[in-house]
Amino acid sequence: MSPRSSTEDPWWVKALVLSLVAVFLGLVLVLPLVSVFAEALRQGVGPALAAISTPDAIASIKLTLLTAAVAVPFNIVFGVAAAWAVAKHEFWGKSLLISLIDVPFSVSPVVAGLIYVLIFGSHGWFGSWLIDHDIKIIFAVPGIMLATLFVTFPFVARELIPLMQEQGVDEEEAAASMGAGGWITLWRVTTPNIRWGLLYGVLLCNARAMGEFGAVSVVSGHIRGLTNTMPLHVEILYNEYDFVGAFSVAALLCLLSILTLILKGLLEMLQPQVRRAGH
Amino acid sequence: MTISIRSVEKQFARYPALRGVSLEVQPGELLALLGPSGSGKTTLLRIIAGLEFPEAGQVAFDDQDVTFASAAARKVGFVFQQYALFRHMTVAKNIAFGLDVRKAKDRPARAEINRRVEELLGLVELGGLGGRYPAQLSGGQRQRVALARALAVSPQVLLLDEPFGALDATVRKSLRKELRRIHNATGVTTIFVTHDQEEALDLADRVAILNQGAIEQVGTPQEVYDQPASAFVCSFVGETNRFDGAVSGGRFVCGSVSLAVDCADGPKTAFVRPHDLVVAPEGFEAKVVRVTAQGPVIQIEAQTASDQRIEISLARQEAGSIAVGQSLRLAARKIHLFDPVD
Repeated sequence: MSPRSSTEDPWWVKALVLSLVAVFLGLVLVLPLVSVFAEALRQGVGPALAAISTPDAIASIKLTLLTAAVAVPFNIVFGVAAAWAVAKHEFWGKSLLISLIDVPFSVSPVVAGLIYVLIFGSHGWFGSWLIDHDIKIIFAVPGIMLATLFVTFPFVARELIPLMQEQGVDEEEAAASMGAGGWITLWRVTTPNIRWGLLYGVLLCNARAMGEFGAVSVVSGHIRGLTNTMPLHVEILYNEYDFVGAFSVAALLCLLSILTLILKGLLEMLQPQVRRAGH
Repeated sequence: MTISIRSVEKQFARYPALRGVSLEVQPGELLALLGPSGSGKTTLLRIIAGLEFPEAGQVAFDDQDVTFASAAARKVGFVFQQYALFRHMTVAKNIAFGLDVRKAKDRPARAEINRRVEELLGLVELGGLGGRYPAQLSGGQRQRVALARALAVSPQVLLLDEPFGALDATVRKSLRKELRRIHNATGVTTIFVTHDQEEALDLADRVAILNQGAIEQVGTPQEVYDQPASAFVCSFVGETNRFDGAVSGGRFVCGSVSLAVDCADGPKTAFVRPHDLVVAPEGFEAKVVRVTAQGPVIQIEAQTASDQRIEISLARQEAGSIAVGQSLRLAARKIHLFDPVD
């Protein structure tokens, strides 16, 4: 029996657990990803590229990117503000705010989309007012933006709140005692300490913004070329039995996600001395 | 700069942290706020700094009311118990922070800031370590950076919250000397919080003793040790033997212990310090239970006839060859008497 430390598991336990993880990841993650690309390239590279170059496809790509470009900055501002308020201050209604931030997680995305239809739709609360002022929200791009904002709300905030709570207020108080005002403290003391949590939150937010289906589906109206995001376009193609087309657009969506992961990896490589252990 | 604290009150939820505290801090003095956990000493320090605000009372710097002025406006240097160094900045950037964040018109030139940083690194004896990050420093080194950082903005008052609490004994002792040296070099009014009475008595010009949100006594280390104003101060500062009994006809009696006193009759609590007990043929009797040599002093634990444990401290020369089981007769050189306490 070879000597080993008292906290190390026997080799067969390690092998078993790792095998289980490998099988699970393989079935649930790797296999679907590989099959998406395999199906997209079933008839060769030509048809796949053609599928993602149709006007409707390009419109859907543009809309997806635009939605992410709106949702992510908005949620960075909101997330940092909310986490800063919750972690560094005491105020009445704090637990209420924390619960409200979690609402988009507990609500089904379809319900989320429906909420906006009920409020801004032609028969909704503001319906007649919007019609009078010729403002289109539901079945138009603004509706899609709103629905995406709703479902991506919590990501940055939830990532930052425990991180900032764990870091405490000592550094901020030290900055204050040396004469630093609120903005300077936020920018020079707080933000550098949270940058990795922020990056991860942005990543999650971006992934959800690009990939959201349920809520966007309800408010979008599925108008080709106008109100279809990439996930919706995939659905349309699949319902028309254009499998190669559907999988091609889906593969492109996967590539976009992989691109953001690579970006994150690159950014992390630039800062080797940062400890990423305690998220 | 004189700091005046007048009748300051502070509550946390419904817990009274400070109950009407008043104190005058003289310019240039090194004052210790001493007390057990929960006595309110850190709360008081933070109120002086502007990191907390009182419910009632006033804080004034040189007669200027600063009770609700922000910490940034008060120009105080604060050293936190856990140092609170900016973890992502180098030591030099940490120290320069207070000067870097000044408005453009008040900010010195970069060369001047760098010179000041070097000067402070020399003062706290960390020269050459400006490029390191806090994570690469030892506890003692981090504490010195925190000190240098607080001093960089030339504060009117330096406040330290249990500055040596997180360090081991040897580092603590040497940093104590450092603080005294830096205080003498800069002359800045300094207030530090501690629960370690040895540290307070060793370092401070004056000591303010807090208990349960109120100041029990303010005085020089000598005064609070030799003339304690209350039973709490007497038992908190230095070692004591406590006897609960009564005075009758010029004698204090507690069980088999009988001491000559000059006091009115009535129930009293008496405190006698271990080194104020002397061997005397007419004294009360106690049997030696344990003898320990601690450097120049012999510590004796003894038991009285009424089964009370007492501690006696004798100089090595006086102790002679006292052994366990021996019977001693003891008298008290000095007794502190107070009205009975719980």
